[in-house]
Amino acid sequence: MLDFPVWKRIWVWALTIVVAACSLPTLVTQLGGSWPSQLPNPQVHLGLDLAGGSQLLLEAQPADVAKQRLDTMNETVRTRLREAKPRIRIGDVSTSGGRLSFLLEDASQVDAAREAILPALNGSGSVREWDLQVVDGSRFVLTQTQQGLEQAVTQAMDSATEVVRKRIDALGTREPTIVREGAKRIMVQVPGLQNPQQLKDLLGKTAELQFKLVDTAALQSDIAQGIVPPGDEIVPYAAGTTGAGTSIAVKRLGGIRGDTLTNAQQTNDPQTNEPVVSIQFNGQGADKFGRLTTENVNKPFAIILDGQVLSAPNINEPILGGAAIISGSFTTQSANELAIQLRSGALPVKLTVVDESTVSAELGADSIHKGAIAMLVGTVIIVLLIASAYGRFGIYADLAVIINVLMILGIMAVFGTTLTLPGIAGFVLTIGTAVDANVLINERVREEQRRGRKPFQSVDLGYKEASRTIFDANITHVIAATLMFMFGTGPIKGFAVVLMIGIVTSVFTAVLLTRMWVALWLRRARPATLKI
Amino acid sequence: MRLLKLVPENTNIHFLKWQWPTTIISVLLMVASWTLVFTEGLNLGVDFVGGQMIRVTFTQSPTAPVAALRGEIEKLGYGEPVIQTVGSPNAVSIRMRLPHGAESNPGLSDQMVKVIRADLTAHHADARVDGVDSVSGKVSNELGWTAFKALGFAAIAISIYIWFRFEWQFGVGALVSLVHDVSLTMGLFAVTQMEFDLTIVAAILTILGYSLNDTIVVYDRIRENLKKYRRMPMNELLDLSVNETLARTIMVAATMLITLTALLVLGPKVIFGFSAALIVGIVVATYSSIYAAAPMLTWLGVTGQSFVPTETPQDRQERLARGEV
Repeated sequence: MLDFPVWKRIWVWALTIVVAACSLPTLVTQLGGSWPSQLPNPQVHLGLDLAGGSQLLLEAQPADVAKQRLDTMNETVRTRLREAKPRIRIGDVSTSGGRLSFLLEDASQVDAAREAILPALNGSGSVREWDLQVVDGSRFVLTQTQQGLEQAVTQAMDSATEVVRKRIDALGTREPTIVREGAKRIMVQVPGLQNPQQLKDLLGKTAELQFKLVDTAALQSDIAQGIVPPGDEIVPYAAGTTGAGTSIAVKRLGGIRGDTLTNAQQTNDPQTNEPVVSIQFNGQGADKFGRLTTENVNKPFAIILDGQVLSAPNINEPILGGAAIISGSFTTQSANELAIQLRSGALPVKLTVVDESTVSAELGADSIHKGAIAMLVGTVIIVLLIASAYGRFGIYADLAVIINVLMILGIMAVFGTTLTLPGIAGFVLTIGTAVDANVLINERVREEQRRGRKPFQSVDLGYKEASRTIFDANITHVIAATLMFMFGTGPIKGFAVVLMIGIVTSVFTAVLLTRMWVALWLRRARPATLKI
Repeated sequence: MRLLKLVPENTNIHFLKWQWPTTIISVLLMVASWTLVFTEGLNLGVDFVGGQMIRVTFTQSPTAPVAALRGEIEKLGYGEPVIQTVGSPNAVSIRMRLPHGAESNPGLSDQMVKVIRADLTAHHADARVDGVDSVSGKVSNELGWTAFKALGFAAIAISIYIWFRFEWQFGVGALVSLVHDVSLTMGLFAVTQMEFDLTIVAAILTILGYSLNDTIVVYDRIRENLKKYRRMPMNELLDLSVNETLARTIMVAATMLITLTALLVLGPKVIFGFSAALIVGIVVATYSSIYAAAPMLTWLGVTGQSFVPTETPQDRQERLARGEV
C-alpha cells in the first residue's frame, strides 16, 4: 500500500492542486479582494440565509387549470357544432362535476356530432386529453383524462415560470433564482430584497385583461339579485374603483382578450392627470379592437382584469391603430404594477404563496462572519490537538484537513452549488470526519508498532486495517446524506450537499494524500522507530 | 517532545462490568425521553406546524423585553404569540398561528406581519427585524412527513447495510443504539423546549450517521478479535475491543465536540439549537457505542463461533483427505 510510483504522485498532486485552486476565486472575493477577470471565475453562491433576501414558494392549483380547460372545451364544442354543416343544435349544457355534458336536440346527429368534436379531444400532444362518452343515445359527456390534465398543468407551469421571470426582471433586482419545484410549484429567491410585499403583489395576480361590451339593456335590479340576462355574465367592480360594491352585466361573447399586447406603460391621463396604463395591441389585436370599437360607437365597454371590472368607459369614436388607455382609479404604483403585469403576459394559472421567508442582510452578514470565526477557531484547536497527539503524522493529517476544506469549496464552486448556513455546519462536521479517518489510521499504526512491528510494516498495516473501517463508516454517512438530499428541503439539502462532497474529498485527502506523504517520508528518512 | 495521549497505553477498563446498571439507566432515559415528548410535546417550529415566525434583535438592549412583547402582541388580536430567545438573550423569535382564513386568502397573513412589524418599531426603537418566515399548513405537513421519511429510511437502510457487512446481530445492535441516541436527543428538545425545526432534523440525521460510525468502529474491532481469539470469553473480548478502540473514540469525540462547541459559542445564533443537538447527540452516541452496542451482541448470541465459516461437505472431504480430524 505504500508504493507510489512517479506517475501516481503526479496524478494525485495534479488533482489536488486543480480542485483546491478552484476555491481561490470565492475566497479572494469573500475576503474583499477582486479576482482578475481574465481568469476563469467559478464561485460558490451564498444562500439567502447568508446573503440576505427573500424567498417565495408559489403553488398552482391543478383545479384551476382543470376549470379553465373545461371552459375552453365548452367554447370549442359550441363553435365546432355551430359551424358543422348542417348545424348541430344542443341544449342542457352543464360543466358541473368537472365534466362537460350536453344533449343533442336531434338524436340522429350523434355520428356527425362525434365527427365534429373528435379532433378537439386530442389536442396538440400525443396523449389523449379528453374521454368522450355517449349516454342514452344523445347525451355527450366529456371528461378530462389524467394524463391530459397533467400535461396541461406542466405546460401551464412552464409558461407561468416564464411569466414570473419576466415580472421579476421588470423589478430590476439582481440575480433572482426562479426554479420549478415538483409538478406545481415555483421557487423564487431574490437576494437583497428586504420587503417581499411588492414582489407578492406583482406575482399575486394572473393579469388576464379582457374587453367586453356592456349589456345596456340589462336591468340593474336583475343584476343586484344575481339574475343573469341571457347571453350575459355578471362581473363585479374591483375594489377601490368608482363602481366598487356593484356589478354590471357584460356580453359573454364578442369581446377581445388583452393577450395580444406589444407594450404597456404607466402614464398620466392628459385631461385628468390621473395615473393610467397605456397599451398597444399588436397588428392582429389592433384590427380586432378597431372593429369592436367601430361597430359599437357610443356604447360602453368594460375593461375587465382577472374577472373584475376596472372601468366601463363609453366608446366615443372608433379606436384604430391599436393604442388604448386603461383607466381605473389607479395610483402611480398600482398602474405601474399593472403595466408590468400586462407586459409580461397573463399567468396561465393563479399562483399562491405557500411558503415565504425573508432574511435581513445584517443577519446574513452576521451569520457568515460568526460562522467563519467558529470554523476558524475550531479548526485551529483541532490542528494543534492532532499535531500534539501524532507528531509528524498529525501534521500530515492537519495539512490534509486544510486541503480538504479547500477542495470542498473548489468542487462547490465548479458546480455552482449554494452555500447555506447549515452548509457551514456541514463543513464543521466534515472536518470532524476527516480527522476521524486519520485518527483511525494513526491509532492503528501506534498499535501495530506497540506489537513490535517495524515502521514500514506498521504504517502499511495501519492504513490497510483502518481503510476497511473508514470505508464502512463513510458508507453510513453516504446513506444518511443521500436520504437527506432526496427528502430534504431547504436547510437539510444545503447541509447534505456539503456532507456528500466532504465524504468524497475527505477519503481522498485523509487516506490517499497522507499515505503518499508518509510513504515518501519513510523511504527518504528510513526511521528506526516511529514517533507516534 | 512527548506526544499527547488522551488515553494512556494499555488502558484496560472493565466497561462490561457496568453493563447492567448502564442498561437500566439507558432504558429509563429512553422511556423518560419519549414520555416527555408525548406529554410535554416538542416545541415545533413553523416548518412543521405552519404559521408566521418573525426574528427580531434588540440592538441596544442586553436582553429582549419578552414579557412586554407578549402583552403588546396579544393586544393586536391575532392570538397568543410564542416568544422565545434564540441564541443570545437580546434576540427573539415570535411565532404566530396563521390568521383564520389565511389558507385561502394569503393577504391576511401579510397584513398580520405588517401590523406586528409596525407595532414592534412603535414600541421598541432598537428592534431590528432579522427575518420573516411564513409557512402554510399544507407545506408544513409535507415538510414534517418528508423529514419523518428521511429519518426512517436512513435508519433502516444503514441497518441493512450493517447486516450485510457483518451479521444480523450487529445490524440489530446498531439499530438499537441509534434509536437510543435519537431518543435521548428528542428528549433534550422536550425538556428544554428549544425550537424543533428543519435544521434539527438535519442534526438528528447527522447524529444517526455519527452514532453508526462509532458503532461500526467498535464492531469492526469486535469482528476482528472474534476471528483472532476464538476461545476468549465474550465479555472479555468485548472489553478488549472497546479498550483497543478507546483512544480513537475519545479523540474523535473530542475533535467533534471542540468544533461544535466553537459553533455553539461563537457561531451564528440561528444554529444554536442545531449545535446543541449535535453536542448532546455525540456524547450520547459515544456512550452508546460502548454500553448499548457492545453488550447487545452477547444478548443476541454472538459467540466466538459466529465468524467461523460453516463447513460444506466438500470442505469436510478435503479436511479428511489432509488427514486432519
